[in-house]
Formats: sequence, structure tokens, C-alpha cells
Amino acid sequence: MRRAALLALLSHWWRRPFQLVALLLGLATATALWSGVQAINAEARNSYDRAATALGPTPRASIIAPDGAPMPESHFVALRRAGWLVTPVVEGTISTGAGPLRILGIDPFTLPLDDLPDQTGETAFDTAFIGADGPLIVSPETAARLANADLPRRIVQDGVAPGVAYADMAVAQSLLGLEGRISRLIVLDAQPLNRPPLKEIVPTLTLDQPQSRNDMAGLTDSFHLNLTAFGLLSFAVGLFIVRGTIGLAFEQRRPVFRTLRALGLPARTLLWLLLVELLALALVSGAAGIALGYLIASALIPDVAATLRGLYGASVEGTLSIQPIWWVSGLAIAVLGTGLAAISSLWQVARLPLLAPAQPRAWARASEAALIWQGAAAISLAVMAYLTLTFASGLIAGFVMLGALLIAAALALPVILYGAMWLGGRLAKGPLAQWFWADTRQQLPGLSLALMALLLALAANIGVGTMVSSFRLTFTGWLDQRLASELYVTAETDAQAEAMIAFLEPRADAILPLWHVEGDLNGLPGEIYGVADHPTYRDNWPLLDALPDVWDRIAAGEGVLINEQLARRSDIWSGDTVSLPGWQAQILGVYSDYGNPLGQALIGIGALTDRFPAVERLSYGLRVNPAQVDAVSAALVDEFGLDTDNLINQSEIKAFSLSVFERTFTVSRALNVLTLSVAGFAILTSLLTLAAMRLPQLAPVWASGVSRAGLARLELARALVLAGLTLICALPVGLLLAWVLLGVINVEAFGWRLPLFIFPMDWAILAVLALIAAAAAALFPAVRIARMPPARLLQVFAHER
Amino acid sequence: MNAKRLRLLRHAGASGGDIFKTEMVAVCAIMFWLCLALPGLAQGFAGLGAAEDGYAEVRPGAFDFPADHGAHPDFRIEWWYITANLETADGAPLGVQWTLFRSARTAGTGTQTGWNSRQAWMGHAAVTTSDQHFVTERIARGGTGQAGVSLDDGFAAWIDEWGMVGPTFDDVRLSAQGHDFSYDLELSAQGPIVAQGDGGYSVKSASGQASRYYSQPFYGVEGMVTLPSGSVAVTGQAWLDREWSTQLLDADQSGWDWVSLSFDTGEKLMGFLLRDQGDGFTSATWIAADGTPTPYGDGALRLTPLEWHRVAGRDVPVVWRVNLPDRGLDVTIAALNRDAWMETSVPYWEGPVTIAGSHAGRGYLEMTGYE
Repeated sequence: MRRAALLALLSHWWRRPFQLVALLLGLATATALWSGVQAINAEARNSYDRAATALGPTPRASIIAPDGAPMPESHFVALRRAGWLVTPVVEGTISTGAGPLRILGIDPFTLPLDDLPDQTGETAFDTAFIGADGPLIVSPETAARLANADLPRRIVQDGVAPGVAYADMAVAQSLLGLEGRISRLIVLDAQPLNRPPLKEIVPTLTLDQPQSRNDMAGLTDSFHLNLTAFGLLSFAVGLFIVRGTIGLAFEQRRPVFRTLRALGLPARTLLWLLLVELLALALVSGAAGIALGYLIASALIPDVAATLRGLYGASVEGTLSIQPIWWVSGLAIAVLGTGLAAISSLWQVARLPLLAPAQPRAWARASEAALIWQGAAAISLAVMAYLTLTFASGLIAGFVMLGALLIAAALALPVILYGAMWLGGRLAKGPLAQWFWADTRQQLPGLSLALMALLLALAANIGVGTMVSSFRLTFTGWLDQRLASELYVTAETDAQAEAMIAFLEPRADAILPLWHVEGDLNGLPGEIYGVADHPTYRDNWPLLDALPDVWDRIAAGEGVLINEQLARRSDIWSGDTVSLPGWQAQILGVYSDYGNPLGQALIGIGALTDRFPAVERLSYGLRVNPAQVDAVSAALVDEFGLDTDNLINQSEIKAFSLSVFERTFTVSRALNVLTLSVAGFAILTSLLTLAAMRLPQLAPVWASGVSRAGLARLELARALVLAGLTLICALPVGLLLAWVLLGVINVEAFGWRLPLFIFPMDWAILAVLALIAAAAAALFPAVRIARMPPARLLQVFAHER
Repeated sequence: MNAKRLRLLRHAGASGGDIFKTEMVAVCAIMFWLCLALPGLAQGFAGLGAAEDGYAEVRPGAFDFPADHGAHPDFRIEWWYITANLETADGAPLGVQWTLFRSARTAGTGTQTGWNSRQAWMGHAAVTTSDQHFVTERIARGGTGQAGVSLDDGFAAWIDEWGMVGPTFDDVRLSAQGHDFSYDLELSAQGPIVAQGDGGYSVKSASGQASRYYSQPFYGVEGMVTLPSGSVAVTGQAWLDREWSTQLLDADQSGWDWVSLSFDTGEKLMGFLLRDQGDGFTSATWIAADGTPTPYGDGALRLTPLEWHRVAGRDVPVVWRVNLPDRGLDVTIAALNRDAWMETSVPYWEGPVTIAGSHAGRGYLEMTGYE
């Protein structure tokens, strides 16, 4: 009996392969986007963790020079001989032909090697590691990237953080040009019983308590939350498809259910069989979805890696590793999603009276009471979004608010459409027009899920599109201001720098020092730049907020300018003070500094050299007549043999910055397109569901004299009207979304606020796309009506019960 | 314990990691610096002769003091090894160990300074009471000044803040500490330096492996030991071993058992058993109360395990019969603390022993290579 029943149930899918495809595809897409995004996030987090634990699983205190500058290595031996168990680290980033590489110089004699990345297989840290001819130890991906680099030999070790190379002190010091110096001393665990205070051994050094070192994870949280939100959105939209298809399959099998029950199959067994069927479908499509997700993630991760590097300086592997947890979580989410989508259908089957008519219900009467509840829910969610915005802060609050806003909009949509249909009916003249509006209104419950999906996709599209375009407009304008110098040069040595200045004096309009030191700004790592007193800055520097005579006072060393990120992070603005290493400085102004993860302060060049006499004086910005840029560059190359790393012209930096920017949003855009196509698909499945059930409604209209072609045209028109109305609803939602992204999420995530610009042309394109999608989705059902044999319409009357 | 550090230290660019190497490397603490320095250990100890190019060779001859108290960087391995049998004012027995090992990472005579030094140093310190055992370890690279031995101003051997420092080799201050113990002892020699083996040439196997080896078994000790329970004044005797070599053990030797015994008569015995597939190789030196040594070659001394104890997952003999018929010596030595396991990079057992039988006294026992 069970076997026969199962066959009877399954036979449905053979007869309607399209439904099966739609169900599998919907579920697979939902799973794919979700698990793809999770995979990307997991990979990135893994990279951050590895970077953060490069020198041990738990953060340890360090001993550093107060200005953070490298210190003589003799401090290491002085501390060890006094009983302080410390291990030296010399670190820095070198540029290679294949991108930057962080060099981590360690002393394996004093660093507990258990703390270094897991060693499976061959030992990389053996005695051959030690000494000036030692190797670099890198991850397989980094090794591949550095394949042709002119560096010491590489040894590949799984588990090493991407973009990081371990080297012995001897090798690292020479690579970094820090012979005889170390960056810091890590204070090891289990210190001996007796040791004098630090001040008695090395009075010039300070103890830096461990901070949570996974700064990268915190910094990039916003980015990953963004991705997660997209994944969730796509998953939700995918579920709309699944919900539609399952609903259809259950409706169409009502006669089968009734017959099986009438033949004696217990309701419980029927439910079990349906559950097993759904589980099998969920597992199959979940597996397909995970595979698809892997493809999506692999395709996107190079861009994600480039974005994270460009935007946050975070190094992430550009390739994906497969982890078992994915398969499990992917399948789980597929099963969960199927269950969620099927729950109401299963509920109905469970409660199906034995002798209920086996007639598919074309429509549930659109209950006004239900609509009122939906409207109320929408309003309370909107209020919640508003309250979140007003009273809460932080990234999570921003996303909670976004979620509430989007769900409120989705819930409000059927209410608005219902109202619009009612209005249309009131205004309509003639019975056919009135029937059209009334019939459309009747169909709303069946279509509203798909339309909600469309609304979400459109709103996300408008929101993200507006954000990206606004950002681009602001960013390019800002780049023009910020990169005022035509050429940027870096000398190799002080002597070369002096020679270069002498050489350039007659050739350039101005030679502006670009000297900087690294140090803590209000307790957070940051950079301090010196700025010359020159119109280049006075005229161009993008100040957001400033005290009077700001540039004169900067030149006089009376205060500092800070970037917007630092200002927002610490909530300090013009007139407040900021703590620099050894200086409580007044803030004279705040400038925008897009794309910089670090806090930054700008002080007069005189103040910089006074307070940080050891500052490297190698980099300069050159103001030259744009027509002579090429000539000056050529002369510099001839005279000093500068390579491309040391001589950059403005247009190259701009092109580079813009490319980082574009890549940043490639991922958003790709996910956007996917979401929209999923929404289009949802409409198609919903319309197909309805088409089969609507014959009893269409037949009388046909019998009253409307041709089949006429009915088909009305079907098309209905889809267009609904899509158009949805689009109109999506516009304000999308703009609100963009505003939240620019004014709330961006500020929390990156520390800068961007102005909102409106791009109506983009909306027009989107509108056309949405209407085409809706029309395309409606076309197939419409054509079916146009070509339906009249006999089938007649049958409706013959079967009248 | 610290498997990665161990691998780092002992693999000298060795090809392929086979089990033989792993086992052999782990066999004993005494061998570890050897392993540390030994390129191509995978070829086994039989390849030692071929693999030693560039290191100095051990030859018999007279010692040159005080120069020989200092380091011999051209030899692969070397140590300054002190064990002390002490007691507190209450008469409670206590053992102290202080060891500084030197090992050359590669052969070569060129001066390699700073981080490029080819020398590696390791210190072990331990305090053993009848029911507690404290141990800690330090590792350093040569060339930086973090560890070394200097004769410039008397005598100084150090690693980090630990030291064996004094105006002369006969009069030194010995200090070391871990996170849960420390000691600070004054050592003064009350007898002469004793050459082990044939005038300081100590043969280790039938095929001729050998080391230069002398001892100072007559140090008197006074000082303080600090344990979690507090600081206590201690007195007693210490025994120093100095040994350096390039090829110490034969290929089939799997570990060794070493004793230094001080009898109430004032006489002393140094003896060791190098275990192999057969009966093993023994060697001993009988030291008269005035310091006159009598060396005994293979077979004269018999070391027989009597009782085994399970510690750190291994079975280790902690009661031995020590028999030197030529001197009428037939004693049973028993560990003061059976759990005196040295949980260091390469672990071994080392602790004080009591002596009963034909002679009475105190001593130290070291056992390596127990897996």
C-alpha cells in the first residue's frame, strides 16, 4: 500500500517535469547563494584568524619603543639576561613584483614553536630555517603568487596566514633593511619567579598590554555582514519560489490525496510519505546548491580578496578550501527551507477532510481581516525600524533596521496593491475592465509572495545601485582633490633623496615631503603625516570641518588635522584634543579619507621632524606642469634609476584606486543580478501555479464572448500592472535603503558618511528590466491560454459540481 | 612536550623523516645536542664518521686549564653539567641540577656572528625533593650574547639570567629559576679536578666513539632554594661534569644510564652503561678521597636494574644494583623521588639517589632513551 501510494504521489512529478525543475532549481539557488556567501565569509575569517594567531593562539603583551619604531636588538639580550622571557620579532611589509608580502622575522630558539601554524607533514621549521641563508615559510597560495619573485627560497606550509612569510631574524632583518634592529619583544607565558621591573632594565621601552589582536575581523565585520545579508536575501527570495512550487504541487494533487485516503491510507502515513518525498527533494537540490554555491564563491572570491586587501589591507586567500561543515550546513539550510516552505501545505493535507471536494481551490477569498493584520504588522515593523535608527547604534542595529524596513515594505505591498485594485475597480468603466480589476484583486493572495520577492529584489537593486553610484561620484571627486601632486617619488636612501631634491629644484614647481610615522592615535594604530605649507593643501585638501586659519595654525605646529574615520571612531571633532605619541594635540580640522582603514593625523612638517626626528625622509610629491610629467619622470629614471615602485604618477594612482573601488562593488552587483533573476523566476512559478487553477474563473469570461487571445492579453497586462505597481512601491524603499547604507551602515562600517545622489536614469533601466522580466514570466502562461483548446474550457462547465 | 621546537632543533636539513630517525633522536638527552647538530641523521649513527667533516676530532692528551673550562666551538657538542646532593637545615634531602649544553648547528670555522651563529645553547635546571620535582628549560642561539661561556673575567657560563659565575672555576655562584622555583648557590672546590677515562679521553663504545671528559666532584655547596612552599637554606655537595665531543655514541646504542656516587668514606664513583642490542658498554672511574682516579674499562662495572617505575608513560628503572667487584662495591641505589622526570625538549630521568649495601652515601642517577 505504501509503495503504491508513494508511486502515485511521485507520478505527479513525471507528469509535470517543469514543476520538478522549478522546485529543484529554486531550492538549489537559495542554497547556493546562501552557502556561497557563507563559504566566502568562512574563508576570509579563517585568513584573519591565521593572521591574528601568526605568533601564538592567544594575544601576548609586547615590549615596544614608545614611538613604535624599531629598536636595537641589544634590548632583547638585556631583558633575557635580566630574567624576562621575551622573544624578538622583526616585522614589516616588503613590496615584491607579485604584490606586498608581510615578513615576520622570528627567533625559533625563544619563540614557542607550538604557537606557530599547525604542521602537518614535513617540518618547515628545521635547523635549515636558521641563519642568513634560511628560507621563507609561506602558505601554498602565497608561494604560488611569489613563484617568480626575487626572494630567498620558499618553503610551503599549510596553515600559514596568507600574504605572510616567516623568516629567521637574520633573513628578515636583511629583507626589511633593519639590520641590528627588532620591531618588538613578545612577553612569553610562565615568567620566572624573580625579575626586576622593566624600567630598571630598559627605561626607554614600554609594556604594551595585549589587545584583542583580531582587529581585521572587527574591521571587516561590516563587509561580511553585508555579504551575509545578501545571502539571506537571496535565500528568502529563493524560498518564495519553493513555496510557490510546493503549493502548486500540493494543490494539484488534492484529488490524489483524497483518492488515497478514500482507499484506506491513514492520514499519518500520507503525511510521512510526503515528508519523505520533500526530504529527498531537499537533499538532492541542497547538494546541487552546495556545488553551485562553491562555483559562485570560487568565482567571486578573487574579487572579495582584492576588495578586502584594497579596502582594509586584509590578506585573504584568493582560493577556496572545501570544508565538511559547509556540506552539513548547506544541506541543513536546504532541508530547513523546504520545511518552512511546505509547512502550510502539509498542515492543510493533515487537516484535509476525507470527503472534501478534490477541486483545486482557485483562490482563497482574499480576506480583508488578514490584510488588516498584515498592514498592522508592516506598520509596527516600520516603527521598530525607526526606533532602531533613533535609539540604537552599531552595525548590527543598522542591519536589524534594514531587515525590519524590508520586511515591513514586503508586508505592506499586498495591502497597497489591494487598495490599488480596489481603486482601479471603482474607476473602471465597462464590465470587462471591472472584471479585470476584480479578478486581479482575487489573485493577489496567490501572487503576493512572488511580488514581495520582486519588491525586495528591486529595492535592493535600487538601494545598492544608488549607494555604489553615489560613492563613485564622491570618490572620484575626492581623488581629484586629494591627489593633487602630479608625481610621487620615493628615494632608496637619504643620500639619494638629497640628490633628487637638488635635481628636481629647477624642474618642479614644488617638492612636497610625504613623510610619515606610525603610532597610536587615541589608543588605536594609525599614521601621522607631515604636511608642507603649500597651496596644494590649502586649495585642495578635502576638509569636512575646520577651525579658522586652519592651515596657518597647522604650519605653525599648533595642532593637527585628523581623518573622518578617526573623528567618528573616537567622536572627536575640531576643537577637541587627540592623543598622539607624546602629544595631546588640538584638532584643527577633519578631512575625508575614503578607503583608508586606519586613523590618520596630519601635522606640520616642522612639528613632525621635531617630534619624530627618526622619520624616514624619502617620499615626495612633485608639482609639475602636467605637460612635463613624462619628461620629468623620464629624467628621474635616467638619473636615479628609479623603478616603477618608486615613481608613480597621479593618473596611475587614480586608476589603481578606482579599480580597487570597482572591484569592491563587483560582488554586490553580481549578487544583485542574481537576486533579481531569482525574483523573476518566482513570478513565473506563481503565475504557472495560478494558471492551472484559474480555468473555472476564465471559462465563464470566455463563454461571455472574450476571445482566448483577448484573455491572454489581459493576463499579460495583469502581470505588467502588478510589476509596475510593485516597482513604484520599490522606489521609495530602495531609496530609503540607500540612505541607510550610506548614512548608517557605511559610517559604522568604514567610518565615513557619503552624500546621497539620485540617478533616475538607472531607475528607468531597472523599470524596463522589471517589466520585461514580468512580461517574460507571464508570456508562457498567456500563450497557453491563447492556445488552449476550447474543449478544455467547456469541460469546466461539464465538470461543474 | 615541545615537539615542534624539538623538530626544529634536531633536524639539520635532514632528508625525509623516517621512524628510525625519530626514535633514535628521542633516545636520550645526552644525544640530543648531537642530533641537533647532526646533518643527515636519517642515515643513522653508522654514518657519523662520514658526516662529520668540518668538526674537530676527539684526541687523547692533557687538558689545558683554564682554557678547557671554556667552550670548544669546533666540536659538535659540549656541556657544563652540575648535580648537587643537598639537605635543608631539617635534614631533608634535596637534589639540584644545573646544565648548560652547547651544540654546533653546522660545521665550519668561519666566524658567524649575531643571528647567523652556528651555535645553539640549552639550559636545564631542576630541583628534586622526596615528593616534588621542578624542572625548566631555556634555549638560546649563540652569537647574540643570550648564552655562552666566557673566561675573560674569571669564569662565567650563562643562559638568560641563569649563571655559573665566579672569579675562578673553583669558586662559582650557581643560579637558575623557573616560574615555580629558583636557587642561588655558592660552590667552592674542596678537591682537585678529576680526569675521566684515559687521562680525560673517555671511550664510549667498542668501535671507538669517545669524548673529552673531566669532573669536579668536590664542590661544597651553601645557598638558598626557593620552592612554592618558601625559601630554605641548603648545604651539601655538588659534582660537575665537563664533556665535549663530536661523535659520542655508536649507531646501535639506544640510550644510557649514568651514576655519580659519593660514599661516606670520601671515595666516589662515576659509572655509565651504554645500552645496545647486546650486553651494553660500561665504563667507570673510582675516585679516591684525595681525587686520584682509577679508570675501569668495559665490563668491570655492572649496572643491573632491580625495580621499574612508570613515569610519563614510560617504564624506567629507579632501583639499581651497582657492582664493581674490583673495589668490593656491591650497593643498591634507589631514587629519592621516582618521578624525577625531566620534561624537557628531549625528556629523560634525572634525580638524586640513596645508597645502601657495601657502601653508604648519596649520588645522582641519569637515565636516557627510555621510550
